[in-house]
Amino acid sequence: MTASILIEAIQLLIVALAAPLLVGSVRKLKARLQGRRGASVFQPYRDLRKLLVKEAVISENTSWIFRFTPYLVASVMLLSSLVVPMLTTRTPLGFTGNIIVLMYLLLLATFFLALAGLDAGSAFGGMGSSREMIIAALAEPTVMIAIFAIALRVGSTSLDEIVRRGADDSLLLLNPGHLLAFVAFFIVALAETGRLPVDNPATHLELTMIHEAMILEYSGRHLALIEWAAGMKLFLFLTLLSNLFFPWGVARTLEPLPVAIAFAALALKVGALAAAVAILETSIAKLRLFRVPELLSGSFTLALLAVISFFFVR
Amino acid sequence: MIDLNIVSRQLHATALGLTDIVMRAPRQVRVTVKREMIPALADYLRDRFGGRPELILAEDTRTQRGEFTLRYIFELEGADVFVVATAFVPEDDRTFPSLATRWYLASRFEREILDLFGLRPVDHPDLRRLPLHQFWPAEYHPLLKDASPPDKFVDDGTPYPFRHVEGEGIHEITVGPVHAGIIEPGHFRFSVEGETIINLESRLYFVHKGIERLFETMTPAAGVELAERISGDSSVAHAVAFCQAVESLAGVTIPPRAAYLRVVLLELERIYNHIADFGAICTDTGFAFANAHAMRLREEMLRLNARLVGHRLLRGALVPGGVRCDLSQSQVRDVRTTLARVIADFDEVVDIAINNSSVLDRLHGTGHLTEKTARDMQVAGLVARASGIDADARRDHPFAAYGHLQVNVPVFNSGDVWARMMVRVEEAHEAFNLITRALDALPEGKILEAIEALPAGASDFGLVEGWRGSIFHWVVAGEDNSLSRVKVKDPSFANWPALNYAILKNIVPDFPLVNKSFNLSYAGNDL
Repeated sequence: MTASILIEAIQLLIVALAAPLLVGSVRKLKARLQGRRGASVFQPYRDLRKLLVKEAVISENTSWIFRFTPYLVASVMLLSSLVVPMLTTRTPLGFTGNIIVLMYLLLLATFFLALAGLDAGSAFGGMGSSREMIIAALAEPTVMIAIFAIALRVGSTSLDEIVRRGADDSLLLLNPGHLLAFVAFFIVALAETGRLPVDNPATHLELTMIHEAMILEYSGRHLALIEWAAGMKLFLFLTLLSNLFFPWGVARTLEPLPVAIAFAALALKVGALAAAVAILETSIAKLRLFRVPELLSGSFTLALLAVISFFFVR
Repeated sequence: MIDLNIVSRQLHATALGLTDIVMRAPRQVRVTVKREMIPALADYLRDRFGGRPELILAEDTRTQRGEFTLRYIFELEGADVFVVATAFVPEDDRTFPSLATRWYLASRFEREILDLFGLRPVDHPDLRRLPLHQFWPAEYHPLLKDASPPDKFVDDGTPYPFRHVEGEGIHEITVGPVHAGIIEPGHFRFSVEGETIINLESRLYFVHKGIERLFETMTPAAGVELAERISGDSSVAHAVAFCQAVESLAGVTIPPRAAYLRVVLLELERIYNHIADFGAICTDTGFAFANAHAMRLREEMLRLNARLVGHRLLRGALVPGGVRCDLSQSQVRDVRTTLARVIADFDEVVDIAINNSSVLDRLHGTGHLTEKTARDMQVAGLVARASGIDADARRDHPFAAYGHLQVNVPVFNSGDVWARMMVRVEEAHEAFNLITRALDALPEGKILEAIEALPAGASDFGLVEGWRGSIFHWVVAGEDNSLSRVKVKDPSFANWPALNYAILKNIVPDFPLVNKSFNLSYAGNDL
C-alpha cells in the first residue's frame, strides 16, 4: 500500500516537475535546428518563477470563472497524472480512471479555458475560444476512436490493462491497426497541445492565436499556472503516446529496480517524441485555419481505419 | 514617345487658361493653373497622357504673395515626364476644387491639406479627419506659418466615425493601436462574418510627429538627418530623395562617383530589408526556420553597413551635394565578398522555404490585390510590381547613376502574398547585380560638390525608388538658407488603403501574413 502511494507521489512529481523541462527542451531543440543558440532548457522554470512573483492583473469585468480556471486547469493536469500509467501498470487510482475519464478530465480543462477566454470580453479571447472549441470538437472523436482501436484488441478501456497487454505483445508494432491509431493519436495530440501545424506556440500575432488568444488576459500567478498546466498537458500526451503505443520498459511490479528502469525508459521515449515534435515544428508551416478540420478529419479517418482493421487483421 | 517638348507644346495649345508653362530638364513641365480649372487640367492630363496626381500638397505662402499655393505633381503614363501644376488659393476663400472622385489617392492628400492647412476641398465626399485625430482643436492647423499650439489638448472622447457593417452574424474585431509584438501603432477594425473579413478600416497617425513642420526649422544640411529618420528602414532612400531636391534647387550636379555610391547605398538598404521581409513572411506562416536564417543574413548586411559608413542603417552617409563616405579598395572587396556569401546563403534559405508545400499553401492566393485595384489606388513599389504593374522609378525616371546601369524590374501578376515575397527575392538578386555593376564601373574622382545657399522661394522635388516604393520629397527653400516647406510622400501613404482591399474575403488569422507581405511603414505614413 505504501509502495503504491509512493509510486503515485512519484508520478505526480514527475509530471509537475518535468513538464517545464520538457517545454524547455522542445524549445531548445527547435532553436538548435533553426541554427540559433536558444535559451537554456531551464528557462521555463525561470519564467514560472518570474510570473509567480509578478502582480496578477484581473479585468474588472470578469467573473469568478476567470480566477477559478487557472487553478482548475492545473488541478486537472495533476489529477490526470495519477491516472496515466507512467512508470508502472499498477497505477493505484487506475481502477477509478479509465481512458474515457482521462479524456473528459482534459476536456474539462479545455472547456473552462474557453469560458475564461470569453469571460474578459476581449475580441481576442472570444476568437481564441471559438477556434479552440472547433478544434476540440473535431479532436475528441479521434482521440476516442484511436483509443478504442487499441481497447478493442485488449478488450478493456482500462489504461493499465492496455499497457500491460501491449507490453506482452512483442509483435505489437507490426500490427497495422496499432500504427494507424498511433499516427491518428499523434496528430490529435499536436492539436490538443497547441503545437504546429494547428497552433503556433511561439507567435506574437494575436490574430492567428488559438490557445494563446484564450489566455491573453492572464498575468502573474494565473498565467504561471496556465503555462505550467500547458506543459503538463504536453507531458501527459507524450506519456500516453509512449506507453500506449510503445509500452516497453513499463514496470509491472512495484519493485525499485523495474521502476527505475521504467523511469529511464519513460525519459527516453518522451524525449524521442519531444524531438519528433521539435523536428516537425521546424520543418512545416502552420496550416491555414480552415485547413485544420481537413487535417483532423484525416486523423479521424486513420483512427477509424485502425478500428476497422481490428476486425480484419487479428 | 512622349517627351518634355511634346507635353509642353500640347499644354500651350489647350484652352485651360494655363500660364507660365516652363520646361525644366530633365523631366518637368511646370504650369500655373487657375484654382477653378484644376479638375479640367487633371481630366485633360488623364485623358491625353494617362496622367495621375502622385503628390498634392499645399504651401503657406501668404507672407510672400498673400495667398496659399497648391501643387499637383502629375506622373504621365509610360513617359519620363512630370507635370507640376501650381494653383493659388486666396486667404479669404480657403477652398479649392476636389479631385477626390477621380483618384482615391488625391482624396487622401486633400484630407491631409484640410487638416494641416484648413483649406477645404469642395465636393469632397469624405472629409473625415486623416492625420489629425479627433481631439485636435478644429481651428488649429499646424502647418500654417502663424499657427500656435493650443495651451492644452482636451480629448472629449469623440470617436472616429468608422464605417459600420451591419447584418446578421457580423461582428467587429478591433485590433491595436497597441499590439502584442514590437511593432508600430495602428488601429485596425475588422468586420467579420465568422472568420471571413468583409470590411477592414485602418486608423493610423498615432505617430504623427509633425516632421514636415520640423523641417521648416532646419537648414538643408540638417534636414538630411531628419529625412534619414522619417522611416528607419528607408534611411538612405529618404535621405537621397531629400538631397536630390536640394541639389536641384541649388542647380548642382553631384560628382559621378557620388552618384554610383548612392546606388550602392540604396541597393544595400534594399537587400537587407528584402531579406528581413522574406524571413518575416515565413515566420508569419509559422516557418521559423527561414526567419532565423534571414535574420542572421540581415545581421551580416547590417554589420557590413557599419563597416562601410559607420552606421548599421547607413545613416550619416549622405549629404546634399554627394556622399560623405568614400569606399576604399578594401571596402569594395569587403562588399563584394560579403554580398556574394549572403546572397548564396539567401538562395539556399529561399530554396528550402519555397520547396516546402506547407509554406506555399499559406502564400498562394492569400491577400490577393488585383491589378485593377492596385491601379485605382495608385499603389507604389513592390506591392504594385506584385500585382502586375511594371513601374520602377529607377528605370522609368532614372536618378543617381541608375541611368548608366541596366535595371531589371521583376514583375509578378498574381498579386498575392507569394507574388510580394517573390518580388522581394528577385529584387534582392537584382540589387546584388546592381551593386556589382556599380562597383565595376565606379568612377574615380571627388564625392562631394559644394552647395551654396538655396535661392529663396525656389521649389523642386526629389524622387527615389526606395525598397518599399517611390519616395517623393518636395522642398521649398526659404530665406537665409532655410527650408520653408518640405512635403514627404512615403509609398506607405498610397499602399496602406490597398491593404484594406487585399484582405477582403480572407480569414482573420491570415491578416498578419498579408500585412507583413505589404510591410508598410507607420512612421513614414504618419509623419
